[in-house]
Amino acid sequence: MLRRTFLGLLGAAGASAALATPAKAANKHFGPHPDTHGVLFDATRCIGCRQCEQACNEVNELPAPAKPFDDLTVLDVERRTDDKTYTVVNKYQTSKGVFFRKNQCNHCLEPACASACFVKAFKKQPNGAVTYDASVCVGCRYCMVACPFSIPTYEYDEPLTPRVRKCTMCYPRLQEGKLPGCVERCPKEALTFGLREELIKIARKRIETYPDRYVDHIYGEHEMGGTSWMYLSGVPFSEIGMREDLGTASAPELTAGPLAAVPIVVGLWPVLLGGIYAVSQRNAKVANEERVKAVKDALRRAGDEAEKKLHEELGKAEQASQRRIEVEVKKAVEEALAPKEEDAGTNEEES
Amino acid sequence: MSVETTAVAKKSLFTPFNLIATVILIAGLVVTVMRFTGGLGTVTNLDQNNPWGLWIGFDLLCGVALAAGGYTTSAACYLFGLKRYHAGVRPAILTAFLGYALVVFALGYDVGRPWRLPYPIFVQQGTTSLLFEVGLCVMIYLSVLFVEFTPALFEWLGMKKIRNIVVKATLALTILGVILSTLHQSSLGALYTIVPSKLHPLWYSQYLPVFFFVSSICAGLSMVIFEGTLSHKPMHHLMDKEYLDNHDGLILGFGKAASLVLFGYFAIKVIGLAYDNNWHYLATGYGAWFLVEMLGFVALPSFLYAVGVRDKNLTVIRWAAGLTVLGIIVNRFNISMVAFNYQLPAAQRYFPSWGEITISLFVVTIGVLAFRFISTKMPIFYEHPDYKGEH
Repeated sequence: MLRRTFLGLLGAAGASAALATPAKAANKHFGPHPDTHGVLFDATRCIGCRQCEQACNEVNELPAPAKPFDDLTVLDVERRTDDKTYTVVNKYQTSKGVFFRKNQCNHCLEPACASACFVKAFKKQPNGAVTYDASVCVGCRYCMVACPFSIPTYEYDEPLTPRVRKCTMCYPRLQEGKLPGCVERCPKEALTFGLREELIKIARKRIETYPDRYVDHIYGEHEMGGTSWMYLSGVPFSEIGMREDLGTASAPELTAGPLAAVPIVVGLWPVLLGGIYAVSQRNAKVANEERVKAVKDALRRAGDEAEKKLHEELGKAEQASQRRIEVEVKKAVEEALAPKEEDAGTNEEES
Repeated sequence: MSVETTAVAKKSLFTPFNLIATVILIAGLVVTVMRFTGGLGTVTNLDQNNPWGLWIGFDLLCGVALAAGGYTTSAACYLFGLKRYHAGVRPAILTAFLGYALVVFALGYDVGRPWRLPYPIFVQQGTTSLLFEVGLCVMIYLSVLFVEFTPALFEWLGMKKIRNIVVKATLALTILGVILSTLHQSSLGALYTIVPSKLHPLWYSQYLPVFFFVSSICAGLSMVIFEGTLSHKPMHHLMDKEYLDNHDGLILGFGKAASLVLFGYFAIKVIGLAYDNNWHYLATGYGAWFLVEMLGFVALPSFLYAVGVRDKNLTVIRWAAGLTVLGIIVNRFNISMVAFNYQLPAAQRYFPSWGEITISLFVVTIGVLAFRFISTKMPIFYEHPDYKGEH
């Protein structure tokens, strides 16, 4: 978590801000805050009376539901939380008869919503509650996408000021030293509030004392990196509408890899792309030089050829003119000699 | 003579395209009013289980992927030294800029308080979030794309000095553009690495960021071919000799590259399948759909591209480009809507509403109109006579 914050700081605030914060050793394990509180829900005790729903509705000053809280026919259909309901109890037909389960925010130790929020609107408080600050929220709903329990809900009917709504573990009441509304109201002690460490001990003890009554698993001890709100059940958790395939990796662990790749790309790409550019420039330059050289060579070769040809032609021309001169001379000589011969002939006739 | 020309001008305003565009624009404005007076609930099918729908799946994921032609083309021309693709750079950069601008515009509809979109950068930084990376990169890249687009604008306005300054920064801007594109094409995929419990295992992978990045290259290359085909007829009178002379060569070159990258994408998808040992899912219903995506929209276009390049058959290459573009949309829809929340019962699954479809069409229409307006006014398909031959 801190190492990734450190990397984030590098990107966001420049190296100076990051270097001012000493980097923590990378192999250190960061556990939950020592003051992390939570709630243990025991499905073997819940009777589905919906009083926790009513208490939640009252302490959070939410609008009254369509059907009153003492109307238990509501339980015939599985419900989910919404922007006007922070907790619901559902009824499940299981292999061991009817069981009820309360659903609300599980207040993860490493919350997916907080990890996913790009304005840090969510905060894991030292006392364990995961709170939300509407004053910075952009309304992107990535928290809703990210939450493995699909807990954050949204005011879809608010045109300009929609907020994300969810259970706060009654953070304001905790600050006053009170219990969460639902825990205070539960008539069957199905909900136990306390330090998370203590709750795990209590849960283990119950499983040990009544091995036939409980499934040997505390839901939330390790799921998604651990949650502050944990569950005990008499039947496999999948039978009371809970997913058992979430794994133990927290949301931040899942995204650590892609986040870590960011500064690497920023550092490496300029070198890689600069290299590719340099190679392509060099290739272009070499190709250009070769072209120029080839043209020069061709010109030189062509010049030589032309010169040779010229020489040959000149030689030929010389020979030809030489011959012509010879012929002319011959002719001239012949012409010069011819009259003499004639004269000689006539002289012979005269004598 | 003058009577004739006015008649032609009048006639050209009432083309079928313009009429359809007008209808979409009016419908879009109506839905806009509804969204900002009644809230998201009145115009979308989004609910507490499905917080992201068509506006994220199409407008954001597909919009960004299909704008990848900007960085692929400018990288090919300025970094890989393939100067003969120079004529294709400006249309691609313009498409990318408009694409990103419209992504931000569409987000204004989807997020609850759009005027707070700068908050994550200027008010409070959630640096652990991959969405923070997306936001930061989109903001910076949109600025970079705008600067890369300005030479055309300054040439049109006759501002020589400032135009020459920007052109000098081309190399730096291109490298910056590729870095930013790499980061947030991949970070859009990385958004989904946080929900292994909600995204079907065939689509969920630790490699999602790599898948998104590599497929965005395919999308970029194909989009350049696809768009060149679309704009060839209406814009033909604006295209200069250089553009037209190089156009077929560009299609062949990009086709060859797309064939190879699609092949590589297919390979890494198989590696992802093997890494998570998800073979057994192929025998399920989702598996059949996954195979349709992989064989019909990755392997097939890769093969068609290869055949088209070998035979110098531009028609086959164009079909391959269209198929790839469609395939990218299919893939992004699968990840954001079809395979997302796969574990929920059918009654709780999401399907887009008419309002959402209207706004998506509205955004695309604005994009096409803006592209048409700018490319008829500014030197996009031709070189400005004052700057001929400057590469």
